[in-house]
Amino acid sequence: MNDTLRDDAPPASQAEALIRIVDLEKRFQGKNTDVYALRGVNLEIRRGEIFGIIGKSGAGKSTLVRCINMLERPTAGHVFLEDKDLCTLSDAELRRARRSMGMIFQQFNLLMQRTAEQNVTFPLELVGTPQDKARERARELLDLVGLAKRMNAYPSQLSGGQKQRVAIARALATNPRVLLCDAATSALDPATTDSILALIKDINTTLGITAVVITHEMSVIEKICSQVAILGKGTVVESGAVADVFFHPKTEFARRLVLPEPLQNMPHERLYRLIFNGRSSFEPVIANMVLECGCPVNIMYADTRDLDGVAYGQMVLQLPERKESIERIMAYAKARSIMLEEMPHA
Amino acid sequence: MLDERTIGLFLEGTIDTIYVTLASTLFAYVFGIVMGVALVITRKDGIRPNALVYSVLDVFVNLTRSFPFLILLIAVIPLTRLIVGTSIGNNATIVPLVISAAPFVARLIESSLLEVDPGVVEAAQSMGASTRQIICKVLLPEAKPSLINGSAIAATTILGYSAMAGAVGGGGLGKLAIQYGYMRYQTDVMIVTIILLIVIVQAFQSIGNWATRKCDKRSR
Repeated sequence: MNDTLRDDAPPASQAEALIRIVDLEKRFQGKNTDVYALRGVNLEIRRGEIFGIIGKSGAGKSTLVRCINMLERPTAGHVFLEDKDLCTLSDAELRRARRSMGMIFQQFNLLMQRTAEQNVTFPLELVGTPQDKARERARELLDLVGLAKRMNAYPSQLSGGQKQRVAIARALATNPRVLLCDAATSALDPATTDSILALIKDINTTLGITAVVITHEMSVIEKICSQVAILGKGTVVESGAVADVFFHPKTEFARRLVLPEPLQNMPHERLYRLIFNGRSSFEPVIANMVLECGCPVNIMYADTRDLDGVAYGQMVLQLPERKESIERIMAYAKARSIMLEEMPHA
Repeated sequence: MLDERTIGLFLEGTIDTIYVTLASTLFAYVFGIVMGVALVITRKDGIRPNALVYSVLDVFVNLTRSFPFLILLIAVIPLTRLIVGTSIGNNATIVPLVISAAPFVARLIESSLLEVDPGVVEAAQSMGASTRQIICKVLLPEAKPSLINGSAIAATTILGYSAMAGAVGGGGLGKLAIQYGYMRYQTDVMIVTIILLIVIVQAFQSIGNWATRKCDKRSR
């Protein structure tokens, strides 16, 4: 009897999933052969997380996010929002479902003939909210994104970052459960990018809105995402917690994203990647290693990254040619649980 | 030449011309907006793609536009009689003008609406806007400056055609130019008529430009 009960209850992971993408395929008809923009994509986006989707241009990431709210109709597969299969909804049902998914764009896509406030009231007008209520909500949201003072400005009078803030306020107007961000910071300078990312993070934590972030920059993923899926040639090549993918990239795609550009094609052998977390950065790891093992190392590259609020450093070392020296260094690292792993040859 | 009778004729002609032009433009827009919007939403990358409706409309618009106006004017006389009861006079001129101008207006509207950023339409779709809402709340309002600019072009083009109507019994400045200027060799009447037409065209265009600038929120 207990067994039947357990069978009826959905698996824990499924219950938590807000968006489930199952065997998604998007095929475009080409001249001679069909082109697959997406093929066999399976993803699970859980409530409350910031899910990053990263890939190079042409990898299919924009198509994927557009399939989530059916701006692109998948040619096969399913997209579930909670337990509703969006692919099977009627036009009217789909319009209703879309109101629970806000979307922001690379080019902001604000209505140019409307003020900031009127842009935010737009989605409310669509559902027939009384004007005074809509304006009240717009002011609230513009205040949230820090633009209360510019509510009567037209988009042409606003900077890129301000436009994206208005777009975020607009996307939140109908109280969505998900915020889809399609390369939302790609058109912005680094400082503005950081402030918009901070805003998205803030909305995620204070309002509990799940976010899906599409980007081609690893730094965006590192700054705000907890989960990441790496997209290559229309399929998910690797996915998991951001820290896992960062520390142990399994695929060539992932390595290329995690590792700095100049190192990727370096012909050198005996390259090892050393990762510091907050703890190990207090002691002079390299200096101690060199002193204890009695062999010099060559530092090829070093940087620090901020993963989900925790600072990590990585360093790429070239170890000495002698096998015994390498073994000694590896043993030293292992004994002190320093993460040191050999990099695959380019 | 500038006796009271002639001045009266000019005044009457100017008023008739403005009346015929504005009335024709108005009606041409009633039909033109419907056709123009239909052309934009049914095209391949539109919000309601429909190859059949699009190609039928497209061919119809091209066909009507390639008809010489003078021929059309005569060809539709039975229809004109049916609608306004007569085939001469100001109101009779409006019928062929509308028929000939509506497809032209449809093209003007089509090109104005195509200027609207597809990204904005996509944003509206992502918010759950219906086709009607996209037309009424996104396409037309976002294209407003361009639509107003287009209406000035339409009005001046219709004004030019309306002068032709003078040849088949229509009223207005066209009639003066043909009856007095051309048939009676009164060059002075012809010159005054042309000056009046230039002033009217200039006025339409200036009002159009002013209104376009006034309502466009993109350039401030």
